[in-house]
Amino acid sequence: MSDELKDIVLKYVIDEYLEDDSEPITYDTPLISGGIVDSFSMVSLKRFLENKYKISIPDDQATPEAFDSVDKIAVLVKKFTKA
Amino acid sequence: MSNIGNYEERCETFTWEQAEQELEYRPGGVLNIGWHCTDRVCLQGQGDKTALIWEGMGGNEKRYTFHDIRRASNTIGAFLRGLGLQPEDRICLFMDKIPELYLGVLGILKIGAIAQPLYSAFGDESLFVRLENAQTKAVITQKKHAPKVRKILDKLPHLQHLIIVDHDGKPLKEREVAFSLEKSAPVETLDIHPTSAESPSLLHYTSGTTGLPKGVKHVHYSLLSQYMTAKWALDIRDDDIFWCTADPGWVTGTSYGVIGPWCLGVTQCVLDSGFSAEAWYRFIEKNRITNWYSAPTAIRSLMKAGEEVVRKYDLSSLRALSSVGEPLNSEAVLWSERVFGKPFLDTYFQTETGSIMITNFQGMKIKPGSMGKPFPGITAVILDQKTFEPYAEPGKIGLIALKPGWPAMMRMYWNNEETYRKKFNNGWYLTGDRASIDKEGYFWFVGRDDDIINTGGHLVSPFEVESALIEHPAVAESAVVSKPDTINMEVVKAFVTLKAGFTPSADLDLEIMNFIRKKLSPLAMPQEIEFTEALPKTRSGKIMRRILKAKEWGEEIGDTSTLEND
Repeated sequence: MSDELKDIVLKYVIDEYLEDDSEPITYDTPLISGGIVDSFSMVSLKRFLENKYKISIPDDQATPEAFDSVDKIAVLVKKFTKA
Repeated sequence: MSNIGNYEERCETFTWEQAEQELEYRPGGVLNIGWHCTDRVCLQGQGDKTALIWEGMGGNEKRYTFHDIRRASNTIGAFLRGLGLQPEDRICLFMDKIPELYLGVLGILKIGAIAQPLYSAFGDESLFVRLENAQTKAVITQKKHAPKVRKILDKLPHLQHLIIVDHDGKPLKEREVAFSLEKSAPVETLDIHPTSAESPSLLHYTSGTTGLPKGVKHVHYSLLSQYMTAKWALDIRDDDIFWCTADPGWVTGTSYGVIGPWCLGVTQCVLDSGFSAEAWYRFIEKNRITNWYSAPTAIRSLMKAGEEVVRKYDLSSLRALSSVGEPLNSEAVLWSERVFGKPFLDTYFQTETGSIMITNFQGMKIKPGSMGKPFPGITAVILDQKTFEPYAEPGKIGLIALKPGWPAMMRMYWNNEETYRKKFNNGWYLTGDRASIDKEGYFWFVGRDDDIINTGGHLVSPFEVESALIEHPAVAESAVVSKPDTINMEVVKAFVTLKAGFTPSADLDLEIMNFIRKKLSPLAMPQEIEFTEALPKTRSGKIMRRILKAKEWGEEIGDTSTLEND
């Protein structure tokens, strides 16, 4: 599940938040601290994950650190999918 | 001892002539911010002092001395002049916080052109209305942001040049030109355009409650205000390592992220990466930052990250902390005092005022949650909103108003004389913010006097978001209001009615959010969308945002006598 999940999230980030000429990103590219996704846009990324995986991520868990890479997002999604 | 010393004495004796003398400006003479921030500092023997420590993604660092920024701004100025750009032409800087942004502002000012910095996260629609209104002649940008400009280029016939600072060699299109600061031959001397005090310098755009964004025109004389407030309000000292976290796409980022520290010959740092508490603390520790100017949203985000992370870093270099953008809540002041050993001091100003107007000063008694007191030379009052006369007694809530006449006051809204005039009444500049003054003369912020949304210290116009929303194929009508938020103070919420054939869904909700994010900006993106059957309207059909906003804030709805379906 994990790699498929990561691929879906990675594709979404590329499609939604990167400009055409941006450098390629990978699972561990810093998204928030790297300035790819700002704190306001993080809300739409959270909403995507919640819609896609039918989960609810509490606001106190939706921190810039938890969203800082596709790898970390996958961990977060898995945690709430299991719960 | 703080730079300002005794506040009361300063208020009694200060006139702007003091700033003129300290900056060696003679009325009627040449005054150029670009020269003052670079050449003058070098002439004072500080050319080898570090002016800028810049860090980008992945810890990539660049350092510039004052000689370096003098030459770099000369080089940019010469390049722009070589393209045929003229004094008073509007030149937009549409970039991340890269060195070319900071140096570009100075280069543009040196040739007498008008710098128009725009926040690089703006979508193409936000960009278009601002470039069109200003009749901008050139845009300086990075290749990653160039597609947004290309998308609207055909609608901007006056835009002559799209300048790309990190061009990768791909074929350029018509009107496009590459410029590399690093590869260009440094220009040692440049004929600085002999701008005067009233020559235009910067054009910053700010949101209005109705209508399009307003271009706030500033002049080179603003330097006096920015110099004095950087010195006395922010307490910037010669040996400081200063960090202003604001983006120069907004007024704080130019007034205090470019002009303030550099006209004082002070070293400043820039971190061009996204927010994380760890990254910020590491940056402070690494650069031994002494003077830090940030925003309540960032401070509250640091609070959320907790105190454990603070203890991992040596932040003992910090001496002076200040905040701007929105009211700083008392909890944040007390938290910073406990965690950093000194409080964040709230400062207050607007794009229109160009420099700090009301502030807490180092050394004065701090009342957590208060805006502080007016800067020396600034007359600030609370007006009765009916008579536009100042309240004589303390405690009354009214409109914050300022007596015009300080150097950094805006000179006009670009192509919008009518709206500009409305900002003045009975001899006062009306800020649009409400507050009260206590018995000791401290100002206490209450809220906005209009529907403008202050989210994370940035103003968002509900009108602009509503106008964009109805361009989405599913949206019939919308009303946009603020809703409370623990980190950003306010965020954007949209109430939406859908056209026939569309039904509310989580996917549509996300689609509309992303539509606004890309079209306007992430700041303007509704953080919540509520689908509704109908919006509250007056009998004449005007949407009553007031009712929706009151519900969001748990306030009394007030008079509903004009409500259509009442």
